Amino acid sequence: MAEPAPDSAFLRIEGVSKTFGTFQAVRDVTLSVQRGEIFSLLGGSGCGKTTLLRMLAGFETPSAGRIFLDGRDMAGVPPWSRPVHMMFQSYALFPHMSVEQNIGYGLKHETMTKAERAGRVRDMLDLVQLSPLALRKPHQISGGQRQRVALARALARQPKLLLLDEPLAALDKKLREQTQFELMSIQQRTGVTFIVVTHDQEEAMTLSDRIAVMDRGEVRQVGSPTEIYEYPASRFVASFIGSITSMEATINGRSAEGRMDLNVPALGGVVQVRDMPSFADGQGVTLALRPEKLQISKDRPPGPNAIAGLVKDLAYFGKDSLYRIALPSGALVQVHAVNLRRGDEASRVADWDDQVWLSFDPTSAIVLGD
Amino acid sequence: MTRRPVFLLSVLAFGFAFFYVPILSMIIYSFNASRLVTVWGGFSTKWYRALLSNTQVVEALILSLKIALVSASIATILGTMAGIALVRFTKFRGRTLFSGLVTAPLIMPEVITGVSSLIFFLLLAQWIGWPAQRGFVTITLAHITFSMVFVTTIVQARLLQSDRAIEEAAMDLGSRPWQVLFDITLPVISPAILSGWLLAFTISLDDVVITSFTTGPGSTTLPLLIWSKVKLGVTPDINALATLMVLFVGVGVLGAGIVMNRTEARRIADAQLAYRSGQ
Ligand SMILES: Nc1ncnc2c1ncn2[C@@H]1O[C@H](COP(=O)(O)OP(=O)(O)OP(=O)(O)O)[C@@H](O)[C@H]1O
Ligand SMILES: [Mg+2]
Repeated sequence: MAEPAPDSAFLRIEGVSKTFGTFQAVRDVTLSVQRGEIFSLLGGSGCGKTTLLRMLAGFETPSAGRIFLDGRDMAGVPPWSRPVHMMFQSYALFPHMSVEQNIGYGLKHETMTKAERAGRVRDMLDLVQLSPLALRKPHQISGGQRQRVALARALARQPKLLLLDEPLAALDKKLREQTQFELMSIQQRTGVTFIVVTHDQEEAMTLSDRIAVMDRGEVRQVGSPTEIYEYPASRFVASFIGSITSMEATINGRSAEGRMDLNVPALGGVVQVRDMPSFADGQGVTLALRPEKLQISKDRPPGPNAIAGLVKDLAYFGKDSLYRIALPSGALVQVHAVNLRRGDEASRVADWDDQVWLSFDPTSAIVLGD
Repeated sequence: MTRRPVFLLSVLAFGFAFFYVPILSMIIYSFNASRLVTVWGGFSTKWYRALLSNTQVVEALILSLKIALVSASIATILGTMAGIALVRFTKFRGRTLFSGLVTAPLIMPEVITGVSSLIFFLLLAQWIGWPAQRGFVTITLAHITFSMVFVTTIVQARLLQSDRAIEEAAMDLGSRPWQVLFDITLPVISPAILSGWLLAFTISLDDVVITSFTTGPGSTTLPLLIWSKVKLGVTPDINALATLMVLFVGVGVLGAGIVMNRTEARRIADAQLAYRSGQ
């Protein structure tokens, strides 16, 4: 997916930084978000996600850089005048108002009749399926219901852009999965652009059209979930999303059409990967292998990339198993294998201390320059 | 069974006795038929009747209530504003000085506050000819200055534990800061404001020291009246008067307690309801 031309973007963040005292919480972030997109900011704790969101909402002023929304420079526009609404991490419901009053609060700033206002509140209650609880106070409803009130309140004024700060973090696992899909269907029905902050990579993968991976205030990579997962641009991104086994390697030349040879001491020899013209012969690189892209077998498979090893460790999860294979070089490689057949221990591909062969397709290995 | 902490219990009992026996004996002796405070002469309510027909007492009571009402209300408004300013506007110049100035009266001896108020009023009278006479206005002003601190402290404590995000949420939804103040901040901290008012009211109602410095001829509050009567010897009508004050304060404190307990109980019941109704 190509980065769209900057002037066609709905939201443009240009070189934005934020410094608290001497600490730089956000460094030179440049991003553009399309209209109607679900865009995720993904990163570990303290990497500046909330700070970036608060600058979009107008609660913090960027120390440098500019933010354009729908072509308009947001500098100096106070939070109450921005067509941007935020769903807070703590939900921040007004404790002294009922569910209905919470949702209707922002509407008092709209020029609309009483009937229109009541109608809008009713629509929002229907949207999040909370009509029966309209008269309850926030402390009289459950955590999942509060989350939906917060969403309805933020959507009631029909913002152009909705910012969601860890919208699902306070929910338990099951409810979180269910709510993810609700969130996506609400986004599709309303067409509002969502920017979702999360530190949960699975959540980001499920929800988003595009993801920005952040690390210590910087954006490391922007792309669709597939791009980020299959074509990570750096070791940080590769290891942050999903798990990898990474190994030092050097480019050993190009012996076959469309292939590149890598000398990987940890694998005990040369392997073949897909050719990437940006790397020169002799260059030092990192080979990263995802556990599910590796196959494991008792007999030596045909093809170039087969390495012998010993099953060191095995974890059975039901639908799949995780193997840790020790190589003669001493390196440990993780392999994920789906348990296709039903049966007892005897029917498993391999067991503790079994001699096995690892193999991978040349196209499924990740080669990183850093 | 653990051994009862005998020592602790006896200290506790002694402490309670020290505090309540005088009050209890005062209440009992207010129903004494005898003129002599120390001799029991049978049950009677005559001292209460005597009190009510004593215009001096009734006037003092009314003055005290008036001062307490006005000073508590103004102190609540000013104290709340100061509390909000201290917690929410953390960046204004001289904040540390302001916060020190606001809380200093908490530890200032009352005599100092009283004397300085008196000197201030005297100087004012010299410079601008006001107040020509000390009385209701000067007492009320003095009470405001020292009871306001308590309101500020209570409001400050409440604001510090309230979630800043709800104010930001209101701003985010289109409200300007002053609308947020009236729509969100004040309603949320209203219980603290109410208890601040109650505290200011009772502090004003029973103050002797500062009042005696700032009062003038003809303005005798109830505590001042009791004080001056006691100087001439304790009479049973003083017991009756003091018992009435205990009653007022007791009912007030009890009422506030019941209101708060009930809100708390309702919260718990609501939370259980929410829990049972599930997601
Ligand atoms: N007002 C502030 N003053 C000083 N430092 C701040 C302030 N706000 C945030 N920071 C710092 O900036 C960094 C980024 O904070 P931020 O809240 O944006 O992190 P985050 O990515 O949202 O993390 P989390 O996932 O834990 O919520 C943190 O190190 C934090 O300590
Ligand atoms: Mg955060």
